[in-house]
Amino acid sequence: MPREFTPKVVTGNALIEGDVIYQTADDGWTRNLSEAELLTDEAEARLRLLMAEGQPDQVVGPYLADARPGASGPEPTHFREAFRRTGPSNYFHGKQAELG
Amino acid sequence: MYDYTDFDAAFVATRNRQFRQQVERRIAGALTEDEFKPLRLMNGLYLQLHAYMLRVAIPYGTLGSRQMRKLAEIADRWDKGYGHFTTRQNIQYNWPKLSDVPDMLDALAEVNMHAIQTSGNTIRNVTADHFAGAAADEVADPRPVAELIRQWSTDHPEFQFLPRKFKIAVSGATQDRAVTRAHDIGLQIVERDREIGYAVIVGGGLGRTPMIGKVINDFVSQADLLPYLEAVVSVWNLLGRRDNKYKSRIKITVHEHGIDDIRARVGERFKVIRPTFSGIDLALFDEIKAAFAPPAFREGSTAIYETAYKTDPIFRAWADTNLAPHRAPGYAIVQISLKAHGATPGDATAGQMRVMADLAERFGHDELRISHEQNVILPHVHKSDLPELHAELKKHGLATANIGLISDIIACPGMDYCALATARSIPVAQQIATRFDELKLEHEIGDLKIKISGCINACGHHHVGHIGILGLDRAGVENYQITLGGDHTQDAAIGERTGPGFAYDEIIPAIERIVYAYLDLRESPEESFLATYRRIGMAPFKAALYEKAEAYAAE
Ligand code: HEM
Ligand code: SF4
Repeated sequence: MPREFTPKVVTGNALIEGDVIYQTADDGWTRNLSEAELLTDEAEARLRLLMAEGQPDQVVGPYLADARPGASGPEPTHFREAFRRTGPSNYFHGKQAELG
Repeated sequence: MYDYTDFDAAFVATRNRQFRQQVERRIAGALTEDEFKPLRLMNGLYLQLHAYMLRVAIPYGTLGSRQMRKLAEIADRWDKGYGHFTTRQNIQYNWPKLSDVPDMLDALAEVNMHAIQTSGNTIRNVTADHFAGAAADEVADPRPVAELIRQWSTDHPEFQFLPRKFKIAVSGATQDRAVTRAHDIGLQIVERDREIGYAVIVGGGLGRTPMIGKVINDFVSQADLLPYLEAVVSVWNLLGRRDNKYKSRIKITVHEHGIDDIRARVGERFKVIRPTFSGIDLALFDEIKAAFAPPAFREGSTAIYETAYKTDPIFRAWADTNLAPHRAPGYAIVQISLKAHGATPGDATAGQMRVMADLAERFGHDELRISHEQNVILPHVHKSDLPELHAELKKHGLATANIGLISDIIACPGMDYCALATARSIPVAQQIATRFDELKLEHEIGDLKIKISGCINACGHHHVGHIGILGLDRAGVENYQITLGGDHTQDAAIGERTGPGFAYDEIIPAIERIVYAYLDLRESPEESFLATYRRIGMAPFKAALYEKAEAYAAE
């Protein structure tokens, strides 16, 4: 039996800065996971990923990452995505510093 | 110190110009990421978890103050004010912007540095004993031959697309501080009938299938060395598995064919290659050797040192752990710890880099070394300068007296930076160091090497740690596996797994239980952790680790 589809966001790294970015519902990119579009339909998710793959001038290595709905937008389900959302734990660098 | 030739400088400048254009074309959209990626990797540029990462080679770990200052300037100007020194004698910058990297490479080139062959399936940065040219137990300085190998391997047409990366380390001393037995090729300088030559060890490596290298030839003369190395690499280039990334390293080739078969093939190949070496390499080697002539050591009284040692307990504690015997009378090798308790192992701020550069200039004949243990070495300091040097280090958070102790941990970047990681390494190292500092047990425990990797690739050398820690992902949570009894020296050994791993919040108490068991079980304070382990084996540690944990859980 195929595995049940779990919600996803499209994510990757920005071409110039290399930092983590997420696709938004209005076809743009955000640096803030809570502003990302949460995709709950598998076919839709594939289409959105294809679109991201067609934007190599903005994003490097886009992929679908697991996420779940939260009080203010999508939240990570795996600790790797949690670190990508915030930045490293040894310094206050990365997203946690940039997004305040 | 060795300086680039005009040819080297022109080569690097050309490469940098090419790369600048490649970056421009990538940004303009003329190159796709698939086309660009191999080009950026050829120039040491990775894309990591939160940003790009630039890996810069520090050949055989040697640099001068001018180079160290440039590394500081780059950290300030294009990164976040610090750099990370690695187990392969590289420095990594964790936050560069793609558009800034060409400028960073040009800045490096100003001081004869670059990022060429710090990635890709080539012969990587050649590493060496960090006490090279200074150690009391040295047969010969390993750096001239490391430099010869660097020149031979850089841009070698046959070796740009090897089955996998290839790492060479050289040790010139009886005590192996270069981990030669865990490299694709390890060279041990030996003396036979008054002739200097090389014992060649092949097929070591860590990662998924850790192996200790085997001696393929116990004496190769200087004249035969480059053709012999060329024969080894070309035999592997032909035989090495290209169908499976996990089986491509020479350690697997040696394992699958057997060392005798490989030795015979290398011997055959050597016969063909040898006549193509005209002897120019020997002339070049003599030139290189001259460039590495030792500095003019001075003679002088060491009374100031002796007085400070007797009267100042803080200086004394530092001298006891952080100095190593020098071959020149009145001199010492100074190890600067980049492992302040709670700090990130291997990180130095730009300010600290400048301080170390200044101190090298003032007290250290302008020489610095980066160790595979992620510390910085001033190889030649006269003992009379040590009290003043120590005072300066103290002012800048660089006088932690913990070399070789439990808080002198090697840790890879792990999940905090690395895109391949399965768990974090850095916070585990930070917490172990902080915990044992609180317990005030470090000096009591003595020589103990903890090494941590955030995934199976083993960049943190966990397999050869007395205590090794490997971070894994178990169903979406961090889990840490422990190995005991690893050793990176001439008696190299791969550590043995204790059993099931520990969760993130259980790993520090688990390490504590192992250490307390050691303190209980050792015959005397002189018996090191590794010696105790070798005497009594795994069982008592396993009992301390798991039975006690169960007892706690049952309470
Ligand atoms: C953060 C970026 C890094 C990446 C992507 C990376 C990648 C890898 C990979 C894929 C391997 C396994 C290779 C194989 O077995 O074929 C490996 C091994 C290794 N790396 Fe790294 N590494 C990184 C950082 C480091 C750092 C920071 C160090 C030093 C602290 C390091 C030193 C080593 C060593 C010593 C090994 C194992 C020795 C061996 O080659 O057998 N790497 N690395
Ligand atoms: S061991 Fe794994 S996590 Fe650590 S730096 Fe190497 S590849 Fe990254």
